[in-house]
Amino acid sequence: MYFWNREAECMRLEELRALRDWLLVKTVRHAYENVPCYKRKFDEIGLRPEHIRGVADLSKIPFTTKDDFRENYPFGMFAVPMDQVVRVHASSGTTGKSTVVGYTRNDIAVWAELMARTLGAGGTTKGDVVQNAYGYGLFTGGLGAHYGAEKIGASVIPISGGNTKRQIQVMQDFGSTVLCCTPSYAVLLGETAREMGVDVRNLPLRVAFLGAEPWTESMRRQIEESLGIDALDIYGLSEVIGPGVSYECMEKAGMHINEDHFIAEIIDPETGEVLPPGSKGELVFTTLTKEALPLLRYRTRDLTYLEPEPCKCGRTFVRMHRVMGRTDDMLIVRGVNVFPSQIESVLMEIEETEPHYLIVVDREKGALDTLEVWVEVSPRIVSDEVRSLEKMEQKIASELQSTLGISVKVKLVEPKTIARSEGKAKRVVDRRDLYNGS
Amino acid sequence: MGVKQLSVFLENKSGRLADVTRALAQANINIRALSIADTIDYGLLRLIVNDPERARAALAEAGFTVALTEVLAIEVPDKPGGLANIIDILAKEAINIEYMYAFVGRSGEHAIVIFRIERADEAVQILREKGVRILTGEELQSL
Ligand SMILES: [Zn+2]
Repeated sequence: MYFWNREAECMRLEELRALRDWLLVKTVRHAYENVPCYKRKFDEIGLRPEHIRGVADLSKIPFTTKDDFRENYPFGMFAVPMDQVVRVHASSGTTGKSTVVGYTRNDIAVWAELMARTLGAGGTTKGDVVQNAYGYGLFTGGLGAHYGAEKIGASVIPISGGNTKRQIQVMQDFGSTVLCCTPSYAVLLGETAREMGVDVRNLPLRVAFLGAEPWTESMRRQIEESLGIDALDIYGLSEVIGPGVSYECMEKAGMHINEDHFIAEIIDPETGEVLPPGSKGELVFTTLTKEALPLLRYRTRDLTYLEPEPCKCGRTFVRMHRVMGRTDDMLIVRGVNVFPSQIESVLMEIEETEPHYLIVVDREKGALDTLEVWVEVSPRIVSDEVRSLEKMEQKIASELQSTLGISVKVKLVEPKTIARSEGKAKRVVDRRDLYNGS
Repeated sequence: MGVKQLSVFLENKSGRLADVTRALAQANINIRALSIADTIDYGLLRLIVNDPERARAALAEAGFTVALTEVLAIEVPDKPGGLANIIDILAKEAINIEYMYAFVGRSGEHAIVIFRIERADEAVQILREKGVRILTGEELQSL
């Protein structure tokens, strides 16, 4: 078994409990005193920070949601003045406004530590060459993995996403031993290598840390076989910190949550009630050490369960099962969050289109996710020339692309193609079957 | 001076063309000419019928999206070079032909070709000056 920080990761449970109680009290006070949104939520129900004396009192605290981020866009959830914020990241939100997150210098150091644990759990050491194909930019994936690998002392190739043939070339020439990217990109890399006549199994590549989108056990087998590596699942979301929230060890039996920095709860998404250990429900996080953006009971909308049994690896941190679904209609396509409501608002703004649409997400074997938007034609779109229909398709596609940030194929379909049942149309067909595969 | 053409949006799936012709037959509409322009995913079926307004209503009723456009029905001498002559006249004036297709019926010794031409009014004037006959909707229906 590999460890980056065995002392922390295998901390005795009594010690961990005491640490978490102390850190939670501190975080609650910090959030209450510095973020008006938290103060208001507490005051509304007559809750005082001193009522929270430890993790046992956690369920008294009201939930935080993505709406809170939207209402406090861009920096209203920050608990420190901007002169202490050294980094800002963002992810897309439901209504065009993105979710903005900030980090102090210390937050960045914590994040690097957590990503070092993540990469270390797969055996990454300073002797490794890390090909980091997560996107660099506002997305947390690229810089998150980068700082973790650098902290370990590995040689980082900040290649970012895209340019797949060059990725294979670099993998060969630089002798990459560790790969960081989305699972679907790992599949694409395998297929591209095969087309180029390169057998990745004969290259030094040994392990991959795959996350930022849901995937399945069958994809894991496919990736491990085609690349000749161990493929480990990693989990994170920018609101909590980014990648590094939880990570798999070599047992590949669920992701250990960094419990000395985050508290995870599973709740009933309907009632908000905390569910007993082992129940499936919505994952909720509270941060324990974040300075710039403390989070109290943040609802992730991800459905999963916590594995109550200890892991064979010796880590005491609880494990979460891979994400099994969402409580909202968010789609993750090529690592990008897409909400059907964003697509609807674009169609509403284009004069000739009516908001009758179907979103079809697919993942062909060995290729990246495709996002198709089927739009029903209206008499205003149809003319006697194919060219004008094609122009309309391109217009819709480019409007969608500029809103969503990923390429979209638009397909015009006949009216009433899109099933309308009980008044509410089915808007999304996800053929990837990400949550049910085994 | 144009004649009305229906354009029907059709997805490329089997049976849709038959659905159109069935809907028209049930409404007692006679198809006089048709052409299809298509892409991988869909096609446009262009139709000249004996009663465009009623045909449009029947197709809309059957769930199709239909556009009405004006096109020209031009008499073409039914002999070698007959069509080439007309195309030459338009080319000399730099008037583009968007598309064209043949009409089923004949007008005496002439074939009839349906043209979609840019700057249609100007084209009509030029063709008439050269002695080319352009049929009206009524003339076409009476054939
Ligand atoms: Zn483990």
